[in-house]
Amino acid sequence: VLHTTRPLHTTQQSLAPVPPLPEKGGEVRHGLIPEEFFQFLYPKTGVTGPYMLGTGLLLYFLSKEIYVINHETVAAACILAVIIYGIKKFGADVAAFADKLNEEKMATALAMKNEAIQTLQKAIEEEKKEQWRVEGRNYLFDAKRNNIAMLLEANYRERLLMVYNEVKRRLDYQVAMQNLMRQKEQNHMIQWVEKSVVQSITPQQQKESIAKCILDLKALSKSAHAAV
Amino acid sequence: GPLSERPLLEVRLGELHTWISTCHVSPQGLLGAVQKAWSSYCAKYIHMRRGGPSGISMLLAGYCLLSYGWNYQHLKRHRWRKYH
Repeated sequence: VLHTTRPLHTTQQSLAPVPPLPEKGGEVRHGLIPEEFFQFLYPKTGVTGPYMLGTGLLLYFLSKEIYVINHETVAAACILAVIIYGIKKFGADVAAFADKLNEEKMATALAMKNEAIQTLQKAIEEEKKEQWRVEGRNYLFDAKRNNIAMLLEANYRERLLMVYNEVKRRLDYQVAMQNLMRQKEQNHMIQWVEKSVVQSITPQQQKESIAKCILDLKALSKSAHAAV
Repeated sequence: GPLSERPLLEVRLGELHTWISTCHVSPQGLLGAVQKAWSSYCAKYIHMRRGGPSGISMLLAGYCLLSYGWNYQHLKRHRWRKYH
């Protein structure tokens, strides 16, 4: 349960980053006795002091049989010999192997960290680029505004054309109507006039006009004969 | 530094009495002291990059000595000579 009201990472002490392990720790001589003991005895007894102390203690324990020699002593001596031989012979190799394992772990962790850093850096660059792109928004808006203006203009002109066409159509209709009326009236009048004229021609007049036509034709034929 | 907070190795022999009187003798206190001693031993001799056999061998040697001490009364009976 994470109490979100608790402030995180406010104090100096935090679990990460973990400080790296030291290269070498406490010095130990002969694998058993810390160096501090030798340093402690050095001012009074010099370099050989602790060794003399060790020898003296060993002889004291042996002579007073505070340390009893029995079968376990032989076993311990053999085991110690084997252990020391093993350490002296294979110590360096085992250490190198362990170091290599450590190195691999560190390398993978470092690679992951570097990769994460690279990804984040790339993200930062992309973000900056996007921010730079944002600065061009004025051009974008201008282009859009131009587009819209053009659309409006085209629409307006289209409608203007439509209006013109419709008005012209109506006016043409009126003109056609008038022409038609006029034509009809004319035709009607002509027919009426013709009808009345034809009606007014009495049979008497018809005979007279036919006789006159025949006389004219005879005269014409005579003049034609004469011409030929 | 103050007497009660100094590590045991830096306390002089004359002040040992006062040092013992200042430490918290209680289950938690003792447990805390043991924990602190163990962690300081680990930090000094085991948690390092280029360590050797020293860290564990000292523990094993201490165990050998302790077990010899616990069995001393029994081992005393297997002495080679009666008078030293």
